[in-house]
Parts: sequence; C-alpha cells; structure tokens
Amino acid sequence: MRQVIIIGSGPAGYTAAIYAARANFKPLVIASSVEAGGELMNTTEVENFPGFPEGVMGPELMQKMQEQAEKFGAEILLDDVTSVELTGPIKRVTTGNGQQFEALAVIFATGSAYRKLGLPDEDRLSGHGVSWCATCDGFFFRQKTVAIVGGGDSAMEEANFLTRFADKVYVIHRKDTLRASKIMQERAFANDKIEFLWNSAVKSINGADALTGVTLEDTVTGETRELELQGLFIAIGNDPRTNLIHGQLDLTAEGTIAVQGRSSKTSQSGVFAAGDVIDPTYRQAITAAASGTVAALDAEHFLQALPAETLAQADNT
Amino acid sequence: MSAAPAVTDASFDADVIKNSKPVLVDFWAEWCGPCRAVGPILDQLLAEHGDKLEIVKLNVDENPQTAAQYQITSIPAMKVFQNGEVVKTIIGAKPKPALEADLAAFIG
Repeated sequence: MRQVIIIGSGPAGYTAAIYAARANFKPLVIASSVEAGGELMNTTEVENFPGFPEGVMGPELMQKMQEQAEKFGAEILLDDVTSVELTGPIKRVTTGNGQQFEALAVIFATGSAYRKLGLPDEDRLSGHGVSWCATCDGFFFRQKTVAIVGGGDSAMEEANFLTRFADKVYVIHRKDTLRASKIMQERAFANDKIEFLWNSAVKSINGADALTGVTLEDTVTGETRELELQGLFIAIGNDPRTNLIHGQLDLTAEGTIAVQGRSSKTSQSGVFAAGDVIDPTYRQAITAAASGTVAALDAEHFLQALPAETLAQADNT
Repeated sequence: MSAAPAVTDASFDADVIKNSKPVLVDFWAEWCGPCRAVGPILDQLLAEHGDKLEIVKLNVDENPQTAAQYQITSIPAMKVFQNGEVVKTIIGAKPKPALEADLAAFIG
C-alpha cells in the first residue's frame, strides 16, 4: 500500500509529486500512457512561467518537472487510471493494464479535456482536416487555408503558430471581442496572415472524405455563409476531467471537483484535488502548480494526523 | 530509440505495399508530443504481436511524399496495410487497451 497516489502528470500532478516526495511520502504518480505531461505537451513556447525569461518549450518544462519529482523519489507510472474506489480509509486505484493500487491518500490532478463543437461531422472528419492540435498538425497545411475556432489564449497562440505553415488563417469567434490576454491579441492583430471573423459560429463542418469548408452563422443577424478551408483547428476551451469520480466526489455547478475553501480537500476524507480539475477560472500552468503544492501539503497534514500504525501499513510498494 | 523499424519514401513499396504480412505504419514526427507518447506502446505491441502484424514507422518530415500520398493531415496516424491496401486507420495517440481493441482483427 502507498501513502499517497497522485493521478495526473501536468503541472499540478508533478508539483504535488515534488512536494510529497520531498516530504518522504514516496508518491506514486499515475501519469497516463499517452497524455503524460498533460496539456503543455501540446504547446510550443511557454512565456509566462516564472524563472524562464527566454521562455521554455512546454514539453521541456514538463520533462524537467518530471525529473525534479523523480529526483526526490516519486515513482512515475505510464498508465491510465480506469477506476477508483474512494470511500473508506483505504483508497483503491485500478489502471488500464489491470494493476490495482491501494493508498491512504489520493490526489486528483486529472486536468481537463478539450471541448468539441458538438457537430455531427466533427469526429468523422477528425484527422481529415479537423484537428485539436496545431503543434502536431499545422505542418500538414503548408500554403493552405485554415481556420481556428476560439477566442482565448490557446486560440491566439495556435493562430500565430499556424501562420508558419498556412497562407491564410481565419479566427472564427462567436463574439466581437476576445477573451485572450492583451499580448496574445496584439500579436494576432499584427499578423497579416490572420483574419478575424467576428460574431461567427460554425454551423456545420463540410466534406465527403476530407474537410472542404465550414458553414458559418452570424451570431447577430443569423445569416449563413460558406467558408472554404483545408484545415479546421478547434480551441474553444476545456472541460474538467471528472469521469473517474462521478458519484464519489461532490462537483461544483461548473463541473469541477468541489474543494473546501482555499484547500484541496474534497468531499471525501483523504482525497485531494488540484489543478484544472478544480479550477474553472484561471487554468494556468503556474496556478495549477501552486494548486498541486496545496494538495501535497494538505495530504501531508492528513497523513501525519493518522494513527502511527495506520501510516505504517503503507509500505509504499 | 524505437524498436519498430523505419520505412522511407524509397522503401515504402518493398517494405509495406509488397509485404505479404499486414503492416501497421505509424506516421509520426519528432515535434509531435502524442507521437512520442504512443511510440513505446507500439513497441510493446510489436514485441507481443510482431509475428502477426509488422509495425514500422514513417517520419513525415523526412518522407513527405508518402505522407502526402496517404493524405495525412493529423499525426500520429496509424494505417494498417494488407496486400497494398489501407484496411484500417487509427488517428491520434491511444492507450494500449484501446489500440489492442482497434487492431483486434490483426493481432487477436
């Protein structure tokens, strides 16, 4: 049995691991098989993480966080959690390859998953012109016309990134103002390959075997029009990943895991949560990292308050 | 380093199209995070099922011709070729059990 298991390996998960490992709890981090490192693995340059005045590549930052956690004794498992049992003093976690782990405390740092438009042809044309990863797929759209849907920082970053390849990048946004930070907005406005299509919503995604375009609806007048495209990138936000804990932990109205006050304590004793999965508002690498710290410290206090013989049951194997 | 051998534009016909066994081609690139994540899983599948399904890798950066021919616009893309035809396409990195389910017809 483990003292603490951390589920997730973004900035929240790895920062929790660094703190828990330094406190000698030898945490097991179940990092996911194909999404280890979390959302930053699909970004390029991170310019706002303190300590990196020249910027740092997202994957490199996550690699360093992992190394830092391992240095202090965290164990990293590249597998996916398929089910959890959180009631009772001993928590059970099962992974994709059928392994079962027990722990006295669990920290959920499962992050969020990209949101889909919810249109009928979205999945069918995914991989045939529709993409959620500009850094992965931008390369295939050299001298093509593409669009990005969204108005946040991710959408602006991806729009700028896509101009390295595409001749033309439309930004399709439902409103006439952006949610993105000032610096990201200004960069996009200054890029002459980017054209903004304001008050526009994607009504349908069109194409037989590959994307040929989208039908846009004007959100003010209701008029529709066709836009020819070879690529459509979707960056309309994320939803907290809570499917593992439905029915076991309380959620907020926003769908995030509910925590008590400024702590990481969930509705279940011994279960803590950190990062995007509890945060409907800020969702930054640094706020997730800070939240991971809070969870590790809360878990530490929880474990230290347990009777010595209970804690001793957890031999961390 | 990957256990799965690399194929190129030049070797694709001999290694994949004319192969008598089913071959899974992993279209990937160095700069694609999900590609790097799924690589070790494909190595495991190769070790466990290599007798039934060959698994090879095609770097889309270095082999644009084959990537364009198969209209790759999203990676990782995994295509199974049988008798020179694409018989299965998997888009995106997936956990091992999900890939095993997708490939059941070839490795079952």
